[in-house]
Amino acid sequence: MSLHIQDLQATLEDGTEILKGVTLEIPKGEVHAIMGPNGSGKSTLSKVIAGHEGYVVTGGSVTIDGEDIEEMSIDERSRAGIFLAFQYPAEVPGVSNANFIRAALQARLPKGEEIDAVAYYKNLYAKMDLLEMDRKFTARAVNEGFSGGEKKRNEILQMMMLEPQYCILDETDSGLDIDALKIVAKGVNAMRSPDRGMLLITHYQRLLDYIKPDHVHVMAEGRIVRSGGPELAHELEKHGYDFLKEAAMA
Amino acid sequence: MSYEPATAVLDEETHEAINIDRSKGDFTFPERNKFDAGRGLTEKTIDYISDVKDDPQWVREFRHKALKVFRDKPTPTNWATEDLNSINFDEIRYYLSDGEKPKRSWDDVPPDVLETFERLGIPQQERAFLAGVEAQFDSEAAYSNVKEELTKQGVIFVTSAEGLKEHEEIFRPWFGKVIPTGDNKYAALNSAVFSGGSFIYIPKGVKLKQPLQAYFRINSESFGQFERTLIIADEGSEVMYMEGCTAPKFETATLHSAVVELVALKGAKIQYVTVQNWSSNVFNLVTKRGLAMEDAEVRWIDCNIGSRLTMKYPGVIMKGERARGEVISIALANTGQHQDTGAKMIHAANNTTSNVVSKSISVGEGRATYRGQVHIPKHLKGCKNNTECDALLINSHSRTDTYPAITVRGNQHATQHEASVSQVSEEMLFYMQQRGLNEGQAMSLAVNGFINDLVREFPMEYSVELKRLIDLEMEGSVG
Repeated sequence: MSLHIQDLQATLEDGTEILKGVTLEIPKGEVHAIMGPNGSGKSTLSKVIAGHEGYVVTGGSVTIDGEDIEEMSIDERSRAGIFLAFQYPAEVPGVSNANFIRAALQARLPKGEEIDAVAYYKNLYAKMDLLEMDRKFTARAVNEGFSGGEKKRNEILQMMMLEPQYCILDETDSGLDIDALKIVAKGVNAMRSPDRGMLLITHYQRLLDYIKPDHVHVMAEGRIVRSGGPELAHELEKHGYDFLKEAAMA
Repeated sequence: MSYEPATAVLDEETHEAINIDRSKGDFTFPERNKFDAGRGLTEKTIDYISDVKDDPQWVREFRHKALKVFRDKPTPTNWATEDLNSINFDEIRYYLSDGEKPKRSWDDVPPDVLETFERLGIPQQERAFLAGVEAQFDSEAAYSNVKEELTKQGVIFVTSAEGLKEHEEIFRPWFGKVIPTGDNKYAALNSAVFSGGSFIYIPKGVKLKQPLQAYFRINSESFGQFERTLIIADEGSEVMYMEGCTAPKFETATLHSAVVELVALKGAKIQYVTVQNWSSNVFNLVTKRGLAMEDAEVRWIDCNIGSRLTMKYPGVIMKGERARGEVISIALANTGQHQDTGAKMIHAANNTTSNVVSKSISVGEGRATYRGQVHIPKHLKGCKNNTECDALLINSHSRTDTYPAITVRGNQHATQHEASVSQVSEEMLFYMQQRGLNEGQAMSLAVNGFINDLVREFPMEYSVELKRLIDLEMEGSVG
């Protein structure tokens, strides 16, 4: 049972190559981290897995628990268990957070079945308490006028509510102060489970102090160039991304 | 982050999905008209209508005069759409009725007419939350009733024909005064051939807790519906009036041209709520205006979803000090539709306040136009106007235009005007879809979000229905 990315290649619509054959397997129960410099293709990888239509998959495959998702639409992939916590979450003016999350949950139910409102709010409030979010938050429009920290917390809240099987967190630590980072990490750690795989995409090692990965991969120029244990993150922190060039030369 | 138009991700299915569910109103029963004025409009048509309706002489004369005005006035294509030229006045049927008087009980309404209104949910709504209902079928009301306790308080809620005959002393002084016959070509047309619509009088100090409702139904092809409504709220009274309308989708175009006059006397409050869901071949050319005296308030809450072309600019003349006027308007224009709507705010006394909030959504090749007029003359002081108009374009073929005209003379006034045009961006759609909503659901949520603050202004029962309509339209046939 895993999220399996095999030799994945993708270009922009104009043909510019971004992913040049990425192979990565994230079994349930494991937390993987991808690190890499800006422009290495990390964020593109997350969007391609989610099914973003601005990219063209030119080779390779993505499978969830053995099922190829190439033909699946963005929302089908979501309902199949893929969740992407966005680096820059979009604003949805006029739609309250409570209604938005409820609509997302509702979309997972069979036709004719309705969400139980009482149970829903009980669950929502419990998760919000864990993330130290004010109750007023439920009535605010999705991400509208949110601070960077509020947006990231909102992403984690949605993730906790939707209970996905595979979570991809794209630069979740960017724009967070240390207190906000700790709260976000608390939410993510609460989601760690033998039934769930996670992929953390980050530029800095800092996030990995709070969410300990089982495996660390380094991405550069559209490929995974190194894989290792948590110590790889520390190595990167110490030497910077320059050593990648040496690795690439070698 | 880029906010590209969402065109690329919208497929045909979604375009279709964004169509409002008009199927609810898309049915018809065979005509069984006892009275039919035939096609075309001449002096004879006017006399036929006056004869059938047994009009008093002054009304007959009023109609004939109006016909002349209608003929003399040019079609206003110098500022409005050329599509107005598509209306063939010689092909329209100006009066159709079964000759029955409006019934006070649904039990007495003919079965086909009863079934029509039951399918539209009118008797059910009446039982649930309405103080009175008038249900018009083609030219005449089939049903008209108001709760007994209101009648005892002196509330009058009858058809315009009953109003002008049985309550002439209240009706006649105000009739045609807020909107004179010559106001525009289509108001003149209505004045010539009007039939149906409501006459309402709320006595001094009476505050209606529940709304009154009128429902306008077109059943016959090539028919023109010309209802005429006059509402008078006496000093310190309050009333909310709601109207809904549907028609089946015929092969040929249908015309609906109403005139609605509101009079709010000192300290009175009138709210007029419209949910317009005509089928997409109806020309809907409506003139609506209210007169607000001292400390009075007139609010138009207007939602236009249907019709081929709607031209409607509800207005308020603030004639007494501290009078308030408001227009809250939602328009949804789909492919083949042009919603040309707006507001007219005429400040005619000191310290008067007006507010206009308009939101339009253009879908596919739909076109939404906002025309606003705010007039504050030089000799007044302390007048305020706030105008906001926001347009949402669903894709790149959609079109929106804004023509605000704010005339403020003198320097002791405060006006502000804000306008925005936005699009449902690809990034927003991607975000919502990544959470598991399909394209239709995501679009529906975005649209609902855009108009959410205005939908709340509608009475609860209507806002629920509005949301449901929009959800259905967006989600219905996707996936």
